[in-house]
Amino acid sequence: MKRSDGRAPDELRKMEAKTGVIKRADGSAMFRIGETIAYAAVHGPRELHPKFLQNPEKGLLRCNYNMMAFSGSGERVRPSPNRRSREISLVTEKALEPVLDLTAYPNAVIDIFIELLQTDAGTRCAGICAAAMALADAGIPMKDLVSALSIGYLKNEIILDINGEEDMNEGATDIAFACLPRTGEITLLQIDGEIKKEILLKGLEKAKEAARKIADIQRKALKERYHDKNVA
Amino acid sequence: METIESKKIVVPGEVLATGMDFLPSSGTFRDKDKIISIYVGLTNISGRVIRVIPLRGRYIPKRDDTVIGRIIDMTFSNWFIDMNCANIGVLSVREISEFVERGADLADYFSYGDYIVCKISKVTRASVDLTMRGPGLRKLGPGKLITIDSSKVPRIIGKQGSMISMIKEKTNCRIVVGQNGTIWIQGAPEDEMVAAEAIYKINQESHREGLTEEIAALLEKKISKNKPMQREGEEQRGRENHEEE
Repeated sequence: MKRSDGRAPDELRKMEAKTGVIKRADGSAMFRIGETIAYAAVHGPRELHPKFLQNPEKGLLRCNYNMMAFSGSGERVRPSPNRRSREISLVTEKALEPVLDLTAYPNAVIDIFIELLQTDAGTRCAGICAAAMALADAGIPMKDLVSALSIGYLKNEIILDINGEEDMNEGATDIAFACLPRTGEITLLQIDGEIKKEILLKGLEKAKEAARKIADIQRKALKERYHDKNVA
Repeated sequence: METIESKKIVVPGEVLATGMDFLPSSGTFRDKDKIISIYVGLTNISGRVIRVIPLRGRYIPKRDDTVIGRIIDMTFSNWFIDMNCANIGVLSVREISEFVERGADLADYFSYGDYIVCKISKVTRASVDLTMRGPGLRKLGPGKLITIDSSKVPRIIGKQGSMISMIKEKTNCRIVVGQNGTIWIQGAPEDEMVAAEAIYKINQESHREGLTEEIAALLEKKISKNKPMQREGEEQRGRENHEEE
């Protein structure tokens, strides 16, 4: 089957990544996959307010996912947090938490702000990729990076990194997936649609492989920030 | 069995060594037979020990660190100090070098917005305790305050203080470096600017080798351009001293 943009089933869209894009943040990163662009800024560890949220045993990881007003495909995205963005903020937290040791930051918070400038499906995955890079850029100890992508199941075929057009298809199954690229441990798995267990397992294996490709781009971007100056 | 070279930039999750011949130290951990980095940082291999020195990161309070902080609040027996990190430091009246009378207004000693050099005496999960008893611990006077990454502080100071004493000497400034990355500079305004520029440069390019020479050249150039007048004055003073001898 030919995909709408001419890609092979397990071919990812063109990716681009950069760190240190937001000056005032402790760590920041941009991740672009196809027409989806995510920026992430990390602030902290810093003091946690309101104070009743403070936990002397463990720090807090707080994510904020936001689609910018102009980021949709035509209609203005209403700028207030909605049910969808809150859910995505939550699953992003859960996807990133396994790589951090939050017990090192009692009473503190690590804030992550994810802004989507342009969207064409796979926003939460792009957001997680950017956020993982921003955390590493902020100098926060991490077990591994987190790489995320979407898996689709369309017309009896597994496709990786679905775009907006494919997502709109009737009967398309959209799976958000995040894993630690080194060990392949899954930190996010959301399924929207129907899929058989055997096919899903096959899809996950393909996605893990693709996640390694994404991780390579993330690693390169993290190092590039320092390589520039080596040349000068 | 493979190993990475020293002074290489690595990222979290990157395998530094395979096999049991190496020992993981700070900035790394062992997963079965692999040693893995947890930071974006520079590798440092000494003997069998592998370490990763982070390139960026917020300050994490450690005991016996000398830091520069700002008074943000006070009660009748404590000052609260912002050290540019996740925790707020507590300085008790008993921990300052002067005698404080019962019921005295603490603002007479250190007031809101004052910057102090203090030492971390205790770190617990609940609080970070500070002390002002010790040499060099004091309230800071007028000067220029700049902030850099706390992970770059060792580079700013240099081996046995070589870098910082060079900057002090060349720019004729008094400089106090806090382990939290806050730096206080006092001198002629132009000199302060040059010192700050040099420190920012080190902060930006700490991972490069041969930085000391570059900084020396930068200081030399800037200072001589800045004030040919004062240089002459200095030379004269030098000559006078010579005559005295």
